[in-house]
Amino acid sequence: MSRTQTLGEILQARGVSRRGFMKYCATTASLLALPPSMVPRIAHALEHARRPSVIWLSFQECTGCTESLTRSASPTLEGLIFDSISLDYHHTLQAASGDAAEAARHAAMEENMGNYLVLVDGSVPLGNPGFSTIAGISNYDMLVETVGGAAAVVAIGSCAAFGGIPGADPNPTGAAAIQDLVTDKPVVNVPGCPPIPMVITAVLTQFLTFGQLPELDKHGRPVAFFGQTIHDRCYRRPFYEQGLFAETFDDEGARKGWCLYKLGCKGPITYNACATMKWNQGTSFPIESGHPCLGCSEPDFWDKGGFYNPVSTASLGGGAALAGAAAAGVALGAAAAALSRRRQARTIKEG
Amino acid sequence: MDLLEFARGPALQLSIYVLLAGSIWRVLGIALLQSKPDYSEPRQAGGLGGALKVIWSRAFTAPAFKKATMYSKTLGYTLHIGLFVTIFFFVPHILFFKGIFGVSWPGLPNSAIFFVGVITVGVALALLIRRMTHPVLRLISNFDDYFSWFVTILPVATGLIIPIRFGVRYETLLAIHILSVALLLVWLPFSKLAHTFLIFMSRGTTGAILVRRGAKT
Repeated sequence: MSRTQTLGEILQARGVSRRGFMKYCATTASLLALPPSMVPRIAHALEHARRPSVIWLSFQECTGCTESLTRSASPTLEGLIFDSISLDYHHTLQAASGDAAEAARHAAMEENMGNYLVLVDGSVPLGNPGFSTIAGISNYDMLVETVGGAAAVVAIGSCAAFGGIPGADPNPTGAAAIQDLVTDKPVVNVPGCPPIPMVITAVLTQFLTFGQLPELDKHGRPVAFFGQTIHDRCYRRPFYEQGLFAETFDDEGARKGWCLYKLGCKGPITYNACATMKWNQGTSFPIESGHPCLGCSEPDFWDKGGFYNPVSTASLGGGAALAGAAAAGVALGAAAAALSRRRQARTIKEG
Repeated sequence: MDLLEFARGPALQLSIYVLLAGSIWRVLGIALLQSKPDYSEPRQAGGLGGALKVIWSRAFTAPAFKKATMYSKTLGYTLHIGLFVTIFFFVPHILFFKGIFGVSWPGLPNSAIFFVGVITVGVALALLIRRMTHPVLRLISNFDDYFSWFVTILPVATGLIIPIRFGVRYETLLAIHILSVALLLVWLPFSKLAHTFLIFMSRGTTGAILVRRGAKT
């Protein structure tokens, strides 16, 4: 596949019809909350775009993000679009290894200086460079070197976006999020454990179309996909409003598909598009499969109380603190009464 | 730590410690006061029974005052019942109590709680207007009355806003709601809101004294 070919030519060669291509453009415009008038512009931009160079760095991660992407609907148009980028470095997927792989990364950086995209999955250990290395290079050094000539950085998955599971308390490796380390380049977070593949391709499409990154929320996530909570768009929401809840995973309520709030669903405080875009070619999403949302696209989701504790659960901080407060109350009450008695006695004495 | 974590964690914990310490302080400070010596013979036995009876009987207005107090009593009861229902029958609240005490009970649908909440806020506003316009009430009202009204109704109002949103994020509104509850808990033992528990002490004491003196309870 030549890098000089446009995406339009590549898709045409793959047998993608004009109708199918326009349908993809319309879907993408809709997902990005763009007006229909933008569809021709997206189509024009994609047809004439050169294959952008993408360098994918994998640090402290489980490869779940890559698995999610590669095992997504196959072959979909967005998958073809994604295939049509020039993925010049991805040490899980590439055939090359060792010096050859690193040479490919350097070559891609030099050839596309200032224009390539860096996709990162996994967090970066700052505690000790030896915790995670690739070809003998620490994750931090590789990130800094690679990002130097990038146009933008996309942090894929919750580990890259927020530190994720490696960053969970007590964070033994000193795991840091990409946005905390890259301050001089635009960074888009596409969190999730794993993230929705379509969100990744839509972000890339927007970048190809408009040459800019999408509007982001306070956590650096594209608003188009992370603007609403799972709870807002959940098909079980009416049961929440009616006060109908599953109490256990196998009770009558669970069988009837009632709300999973009592089983710890974090849908009300989780911003993601799972409830609308779903997974496995639109088959379902975790709540539809009967499991509460874990809130995996939110910062520090691993440390936000138990997965099966309802959102409204609070901690009193232990019995010792409560006993201390009670003891303080007893001491203050006794002291106040003693002072009052003394004042009373003095008043009586003075007549 | 984001705002919601702060509200659900340290803020709520601290407010519960203050509530506990402050309530014990107030109760003990009163219970351990030196009582006036009473050298008379008790006219009747059964001080405890009298105390319990008055705690119950004073919840109802004497027939002679019924007409005069009808408006304020009705509003007062509606406010208290409204607060009770919204606090103890909203499912997320029940789960909160279950997390602390380990027991739960059936809740009401959200729409019912929302309806009761709106009524509660409306009644509270009517009571505030009455306090500000009634010549005697206005005269005897101080900062404690107005601030206690504010911290009582704030959690109800912030709770009602959560499902409406007004463009604000859910977790931000939830955090504000929890912080408003924390404010209520901190203020409660040191203000007129301490009647939540002191009412039983004061009425009980009155009942015991009345029995001792041979008065009808």
